[in-house]
Amino acid sequence: MAEDCILETRGLVKEFRGFVAVNGVDLKVRRGHIHALIGPNGAGKTTCFNLLTKFLEPTRGEIRFNGIDITREAPERIARRGIVRSFQISAVFPHLTVLENLRIALQRKLGTSFHFWKSERSLDLLNDRAMELLSAVGLETCADMVTVEMPYGRKRALEIATTLALDPELMLLDEPTQGMGHEDVHRVMELIKQVSANRTILMVEHNMKVVAGISDTITVLARGAVLAEGPYAEVAANPLVIEAYMGSDANELTSSPGNVSLPPGPLPGEGGDAGSLRSTVGGSR
Amino acid sequence: MNRRVTVAYLFGLGLLLLAPMFIYPILVMKVLCFALFACAFNLLLGYTGLLSFGHAAFLGTAGYVTGHALKVWELPTLLGLLVGTGAAALLGWVIGSLAIRRQGIYFAMVTLALAQMVFFFFLQAPFTGGEDGLQGVPRGTLFGLDLADDINLYYLVVAIFAGSFWLIQRAIHSPFGQILKAIRENEPRAISLGYDVAKYKLLAFVLSAGLAGLAGATKTLVFKFATLTDAHWHTSGEVVLMTLLGGMGTVFGPLVGATVIVTLQNELADKVGSLVTVIMGAIFVICVLAFRRGIVGESLALYKRVIGQKPL
Repeated sequence: MAEDCILETRGLVKEFRGFVAVNGVDLKVRRGHIHALIGPNGAGKTTCFNLLTKFLEPTRGEIRFNGIDITREAPERIARRGIVRSFQISAVFPHLTVLENLRIALQRKLGTSFHFWKSERSLDLLNDRAMELLSAVGLETCADMVTVEMPYGRKRALEIATTLALDPELMLLDEPTQGMGHEDVHRVMELIKQVSANRTILMVEHNMKVVAGISDTITVLARGAVLAEGPYAEVAANPLVIEAYMGSDANELTSSPGNVSLPPGPLPGEGGDAGSLRSTVGGSR
Repeated sequence: MNRRVTVAYLFGLGLLLLAPMFIYPILVMKVLCFALFACAFNLLLGYTGLLSFGHAAFLGTAGYVTGHALKVWELPTLLGLLVGTGAAALLGWVIGSLAIRRQGIYFAMVTLALAQMVFFFFLQAPFTGGEDGLQGVPRGTLFGLDLADDINLYYLVVAIFAGSFWLIQRAIHSPFGQILKAIRENEPRAISLGYDVAKYKLLAFVLSAGLAGLAGATKTLVFKFATLTDAHWHTSGEVVLMTLLGGMGTVFGPLVGATVIVTLQNELADKVGSLVTVIMGAIFVICVLAFRRGIVGESLALYKRVIGQKPL
């Protein structure tokens, strides 16, 4: 079992001046799975992410990656171990070109990143790999564009390509489809499925279509604790989960493809998107 | 460097070589010293996004150390310059290590506080001459040429400036420079890509401090003395003004800014006296309110609008 588990947390706690954002989370992410972390706003999903990548220091608890305790390591060490994250707000380098964005991710393994006397032409050998990654996300025609000029959906795609450039063993995606139109959502979904081939993905996602469509396991967080865990069908049928999403919002869960038996409720609407969920379930992160 | 920058660089270098025929060489040397100071500062502010408010400490330290090395230890000129530069870089390492633990305004405040400590050290230390400054620094000779001759010294200063300017250029457009820009653009993302940003910031800080030191050391050589003014926080503010006026994060901006400010100060000093400070303040306000990208930045933006091309 232990070798199956790529990432494990035990009793993870994060307190902010008395407010407990994450309260004793035991999470097990299995190798090769797409694991979704869902829950109402303020449930502690993003805090959890920040703890796993060490952008926040846990108050208590333990994080193990491939069986190694990484609880006290610096965030850049975590990245080098093969856990690479994306961010909720699109994280790109806005005033650099798309190609440069990717090269920054790729150049670390050249080992010349402290060489201030070398020409940047020495980085040109990364261009082929960078273009390959750009094609994978459909951005090959935008390579010379300054990133800030691109539409939002494409910035997210670039961010995924940049994350992929590090070839991470475990990819953490924080709301990869947030703020995207229908077509982009579909494309990113396909992309995540495609890149999950040889790696593990842990994602925070509000869009139930995406969650239902591609994840193998789902963990539901509420008030900083794990409420339910399991495959989509099981979780969606869990009365506690439905309650956490507050009654009528259960229809969010039904807007998924597949034959999932669900409690009676109104028929799913067209846009199974996070908007309605957020507007009804208030609270801060 | 891309082609346009190279052309501009060579053109500027040509102008500098001919300049002493038309302009008083000491003035040009002073401009070059401050231009180098501003370029070094710009490496940090414009390309790494770190606002140091204590850069005078490096200018001043190198000035005093070089002065002391030449006058008391009687070192050869080049070695004296090197010792001063090294001292500034070392101080940069110390101040940098402490300051990069904080961000934004706190970073600026830490650098200012430490620079003030350096200032008071120079005020009290026995070898600096206190308020009088360290006077009578000999220029020495270089390859048998007497540097007491302004023209000989002039070409040494041009060589120092051209070399340093080229080095800064190279650093900006190096693999290292790419990471600096990444840190400026989005620090958390740079961390999540596995970069230990503190180390990059520290190296940038040390480089910037060292080059600012080289500017200070050269200045001592030009004026044959080192003064407290160089280590004063006014000078730290002035370099911010030069960089912003010329264009932060542009290649030639700091050079242009330093030229304008130093020339203005020189021209106005005996005409309006202490009003110079007021005029500098007014320029700063206008610059911040009306043209934030600075002279070079605005010109490039205009050029881009007119020609429809990417700026340098």
